[in-house]
Amino acid sequence: MIAVRNLTVHAGSFSLSGISFNIPARAYGVLMGKTGSGKTTLLEAVCGLRPAASGSIELCGRDVTRLKAADRGIGYVPQDRALFPSMTVGQHLSFALKIRKWESVRIERRVNELAELLGIEKLLSRFPQGLSGGEAQRVALGRALSASPRILILDEPLGALDDETRQEMCVLLKAVMKQTQVTALHITHSRSEARMLSDIVLKLESCSSIRPEEPGSAVVESCPV
Amino acid sequence: MNDPLASANAESSAVGSDLPFFLGLGCLGGVYVLLIVAMLAADMSFTTPHHLLQALGSAEIQYAIKLSLISCTLTTVLSLWVAVPLGYLMSRFRFPGRAVVESILDIPIVLPPLVIGLSLLILFQTAPGRAIEKLLPFTFAVPGVVLAQFAVACAFAVRTMRVAFDQISPRSEQVALTLGCRRSQAFMMVVLPQTRRGMITAATLAWARSLGEFGPILIFSGATRMRTEVLSTTVFLELSVGNIEAAVAVSLLMIAASAVVLTVVRGLGSKKLFAQGSVP
Repeated sequence: MIAVRNLTVHAGSFSLSGISFNIPARAYGVLMGKTGSGKTTLLEAVCGLRPAASGSIELCGRDVTRLKAADRGIGYVPQDRALFPSMTVGQHLSFALKIRKWESVRIERRVNELAELLGIEKLLSRFPQGLSGGEAQRVALGRALSASPRILILDEPLGALDDETRQEMCVLLKAVMKQTQVTALHITHSRSEARMLSDIVLKLESCSSIRPEEPGSAVVESCPV
Repeated sequence: MNDPLASANAESSAVGSDLPFFLGLGCLGGVYVLLIVAMLAADMSFTTPHHLLQALGSAEIQYAIKLSLISCTLTTVLSLWVAVPLGYLMSRFRFPGRAVVESILDIPIVLPPLVIGLSLLILFQTAPGRAIEKLLPFTFAVPGVVLAQFAVACAFAVRTMRVAFDQISPRSEQVALTLGCRRSQAFMMVVLPQTRRGMITAATLAWARSLGEFGPILIFSGATRMRTEVLSTTVFLELSVGNIEAAVAVSLLMIAASAVVLTVVRGLGSKKLFAQGSVP
């Protein structure tokens, strides 16, 4: 579950205030809004990359408002994917696991499992520079999911893809959601993407309000452990 | 039937040739290139292989070459040691007084080198400076050569490293933080490997600046033969005793070293240098 209560975030001279919304456990929330309305700023606050000036953020029932990004247990796929140029695809998938000091056998097993889930088994030894947009997106998704987070945050992950690849990625995201049981918050401008993926659509209307597009659909509060 | 492409070409040719424009650019720029080539050619015509070998055989010049190589390398290591953290701080973080720090870092670049030498000399006449001198003598000593070179070269290394960090999107670092990294881990594991080529460029520039440094060394360390003499001061010393052949021979050595260094920078530099940060 992602529960944001009366959140205020500042980004330079830009501010978001009074933001409240709720995404139930294992639901796929899609956040929409005009360019410059503050969607990425809001996502960064949820990820712990931007401090909250006031209000609270709860992830799976735990108040993480003052926690560092590393301690929030989220997977983050940024808009530009931000793959690590000096690492192979395999190293991307094992990065978070090495940080957590997993045993090498366990890391290998998890990397293979993720590569199979995302269909990138043949890319494991490749570097990001030669990957296509769709491949890079799969790697970014795999890296975000590697440590089995319960929350997945995606910032316009399909924005730069062609229609066919976007369609494939939507199918893949649905499959990943089913298998990993994560709660997702996904920014998009595409209504078709939102229709295809979302359980709940949130719309950031101005710099200070956010509302579910379908009233009554954002009411589940519990998050099974 | 009219071919739209042909008529477009006909229209563009009606605008006139671009040749005068490129000729103008070539002529104006060519004057400077010609000046540099002429200077190098003049140096080379002034000396002979015999003079070069004679200069290389001199014990004083051999000492100057050795000291230049050692001091430039030490300066480069020290400059990188400072430039990496400072470049990262200046590139990534906003803090009170940042603009002032930025201006201070540019001072060694814009200040006349002689003034840097004089400032170092005065600094080591103050109480803290004299206390340091008791532990390790700098004024008119070999460590002073390294310090004089470092005072200028480090500013160039910092500027280069700052640009290198500016070229790397902070996003990859932020992703690393969400994956469980501490800031130091994100820096060491994600950011630093991306600046590898930037570091090589910074090191090369620092080395080249150190090799060419003259004013601060002359003022702060002096130009004592077989003691604080480096290649740049050798040129000065040989000129001052009228040994122009040796001065030219040493100058050619420095030109050759600079050419090697610049080739390395050119090879690693330009856009390719930082292209690692982008993802297709």
